[in-house]
Amino acid sequence: MRIELTSLFVDDQREALAFYTDVLGFTKRHDVPLGEDAWLTVTSPEAPDGPELLLEPAGHPAVKPYRDALVEDGIPLAQFAVDDVQAEYERLTGLGVVFTQPPTDIGNAWIAVFDDTCGNLIQILAMKPGTDEGN
Amino acid sequence: MSEYSPWGSQFRGFLRLSRDEPVSGPLIGKQALAYSAGVSDIYRALDDETRRLVLDELAARDGQTLFEICSTLATRHGLTLTRQAISQHLGVLEDAGLLRTERRGRSKFHYFTPAPLAEIARRWPLPERTTP
Repeated sequence: MRIELTSLFVDDQREALAFYTDVLGFTKRHDVPLGEDAWLTVTSPEAPDGPELLLEPAGHPAVKPYRDALVEDGIPLAQFAVDDVQAEYERLTGLGVVFTQPPTDIGNAWIAVFDDTCGNLIQILAMKPGTDEGN
Repeated sequence: MSEYSPWGSQFRGFLRLSRDEPVSGPLIGKQALAYSAGVSDIYRALDDETRRLVLDELAARDGQTLFEICSTLATRHGLTLTRQAISQHLGVLEDAGLLRTERRGRSKFHYFTPAPLAEIARRWPLPERTTP
């Protein structure tokens, strides 16, 4: 079994595509019309054959209360790996991205949490050099 | 302070000695009723190591989400309480006036409000003498 695709609910698929490509730097992989919505996925240019992220419409009535409660408490719904959390924090802040948690040392890694403007909080994480990620 | 009271005019009404004591001062009507339920005082609020660590962390970096407070307590202090438990601790601190929350965007941030701690020094001032 392999994880080839995971998904995030987004308020608006076109705005989400713009944010995830223009701001975060991911690449569009699939954009297949499905009625009013689309099967819309992105991948990382650092791993074009890696897992796809599905930007899924947030229309189901359960989605809003679920995400609102998580965002209120500052809980991220997805986590992306970066090489340098501080550098990404500065780059994204310069592009107008709002962080709910600045770069924070959590011992074996650095993390930060930002608002993806589509209804989710996202955590970025960089393991410290020499840290065993398997632990 | 011309209007000296052992509990301070600012906090009169919810830092009461007894739950049954009538509320006096600026808190009247519905506001007083709202404070009369689940009210705690600063001494009870401070009588807990987890709550003291929360204040330490907020003093070091003010304005944290529940998620950040939980992750800091876990990674820096090895405290693996549930989010609900930490949320209850934050509620005790808020009731005692030691913490306030503010919504920014769609998230809620917690801030340390140390003003009630001044009551301790006012009630038991440090003697102004040099130790031998």
